[in-house]
Amino acid sequence: MLRIVPVYPELLSIYGDRGNVRVLAQRARWRGLPVEVAPLRLGEDLDPAATDVILIGGGQDRDQALVADALIAQVPALRSAIADGVPVLAVCGGFQLLGHSYLDQSGRETPGTGLVDLVTTAGRRRVVGNVVVEVTMNGVKQQLVGFENHAGRTELGAGVAPLGRVVIGGGNIGDGQTEGCRVDRVLGTYVHGPLLPKNPWLADRLLAWGCEHRGLATPLDALDDRLEAAAAQAAIDIARAETQTRR
Amino acid sequence: MSVRRRAAADLARLAGNLSRAAGRGGGTTLPGSIYLRLAPAELAGLADGLPEGIVAISATNGKTTTAAMVSHILEPERSVCRNGAGANLMSGIVTTLLTQPPAARVGVLEVDEAALPSVVEAFGPRVLSLGNLFRDQLDRHGELELIADRWRALTAGLDAGTTLVLGADDPVIDALGAEHPNVLRYGIDDPAVALAERDEAADSTFCVRCGAAYVYDAVYLGQLGAYRCPNGDHARGELDFAARAIRPEGVQGTHFRVDAPDGAYELMLPLPGLYNVENALAAIATASALGVPTARSVERLADFRAAFGRFERIPIDGREAVLILFKNPTGANEALRAIQPDLAGAHVVLALNDDIADGRDVSWIWDIDFEGRLEGVQRIVCTGRRAADLAVRLRYADVPLEDIDRIREVEAALDGAVGRAAPGERIYILATYTAMLSAHGVLSARGLTAPFWDEAR
Ligand SMILES: [Zn+2]
Repeated sequence: MLRIVPVYPELLSIYGDRGNVRVLAQRARWRGLPVEVAPLRLGEDLDPAATDVILIGGGQDRDQALVADALIAQVPALRSAIADGVPVLAVCGGFQLLGHSYLDQSGRETPGTGLVDLVTTAGRRRVVGNVVVEVTMNGVKQQLVGFENHAGRTELGAGVAPLGRVVIGGGNIGDGQTEGCRVDRVLGTYVHGPLLPKNPWLADRLLAWGCEHRGLATPLDALDDRLEAAAAQAAIDIARAETQTRR
Repeated sequence: MSVRRRAAADLARLAGNLSRAAGRGGGTTLPGSIYLRLAPAELAGLADGLPEGIVAISATNGKTTTAAMVSHILEPERSVCRNGAGANLMSGIVTTLLTQPPAARVGVLEVDEAALPSVVEAFGPRVLSLGNLFRDQLDRHGELELIADRWRALTAGLDAGTTLVLGADDPVIDALGAEHPNVLRYGIDDPAVALAERDEAADSTFCVRCGAAYVYDAVYLGQLGAYRCPNGDHARGELDFAARAIRPEGVQGTHFRVDAPDGAYELMLPLPGLYNVENALAAIATASALGVPTARSVERLADFRAAFGRFERIPIDGREAVLILFKNPTGANEALRAIQPDLAGAHVVLALNDDIADGRDVSWIWDIDFEGRLEGVQRIVCTGRRAADLAVRLRYADVPLEDIDRIREVEAALDGAVGRAAPGERIYILATYTAMLSAHGVLSARGLTAPFWDEAR
């Protein structure tokens, strides 16, 4: 049984994050893979052996400290899962929680999990808009398409690679350069909420890693993704038109 | 009236007239913007000509409908000065007051959530009606909690003479009345229409005093329900106006009993959905704060006509279009729940745009529970700038690919659906704001309904 584990969905699913969960589960089901969504609830302990894909979404600012405390207690279990090859997709607030700390506007620092060497500082203006990122994964160039909406400016440590290069949008510090982070199978990104519906290649990458962890056969069968491709293309066209009007 | 104010008002009105004459729209915000530049400190006096004062209505969901209901209740006896849906920021409200009809006796204003504090400060409303705070996909608001904090500060400093009408089913709203001497609470009290469990899309709610998760004895929609803190320091307040014995009757509307301080009355509200029950209660409570007996409000609401895109029913050659505005997950879920009994054999048009008025971020469609809600539908057409996003969403909700059409242009999508519908069949059009404007435009161009601007004035 392939187990997809959304972390604290009651607090960390502010911008349609459950879309990511839904997409992973459906794409597994359509291929006849045995799959189960097993949310980690506040107060529960993560069981690394019963976890194949970890999803950490975004929450409201007011809940960030509460979530951080709970998640920090899960760091040993998370480390063990990651060491075992379990992929992690952390989005928005989840991306920030991967790092050492989050410094808010009032100068208060909330500690993070420190799973990835990165720190976040709140900026004055929110970075908001459609975003297109070029990501190279397993030697293949892909486009990651979605929407960003974050006040945080995230700086990666020296040994941490970004997930990709911004083609259109703000990215980690809003300067249109790097987007997200990647350490082996741990991925962080500001491309928020439901990014997997428009980026099925990324959904399938996470699923394939999960299958490897569970000892299920890969590669995965191809699916008819014409609608997904159309949605991604529409978003790219809109993002492009917006940059042109901005100029 | 100060010289400066009179001059500013004259100039602002003149600009509005010129803009209208030049064919640049109704001028629903321009005069206000100009006035705010010329006389920013002279707002309070704008409401002086209204002997019964100002009613301010705000909420994430339902403020337009509630304001329309309050006006409908009041109007036979008094002329009402009212703003349109697109004019609920300060500039629109100032425009509304600058252009008030000379005979107007009372201002009924729907107010944007973020604009509310400055509006209340400027005009000191006689009645302040606050319905709910749902997470909205519109980016400009930022975090919901910020608005809640501003509303807390606002109600803490409220003039004691202002009647505060509160949607008690929302814990954050209920708590706003804790210190105020003059509060009317309304809510739904009928476990028979409660949900089996909370929508997944609903925000978690934590006690406003101690932070513990609320225990719900009944959930009606989103975070609205009968809740209590497990530590006993906050529970839903006593309801002055309650809806009981609720009987949903599909798109025909909802039958229920209004239990009010001045008696119990049956109402067949010609609008479906529990959120319209909330809106009706808000309107009845607000009208009562202006001295209208519940019996009269109930009588008026029985023939209330839907506002723009709020279950508006438009006959087309023996078929019927039902227009439903899609704004956020909670409203969309409740709309789907309301029409589900009537969906078998129906046609559905889903229209998603991503202009600023719709919310540029379309992530929220993943928080709508489409799963299992569209069974029995003949055909679904996805349209608008983000038609493909909708189609993907439906695919993952297990709607068969062959049942989904994708036509980007709203007019073509609507034409197709109307063409396919047989006499007696219904077409449900669920659309975001600007997509609804397009749909409405198509129908009014054919003389099937009045243009939107006529309704919003
Ligand atoms: Zn409490």
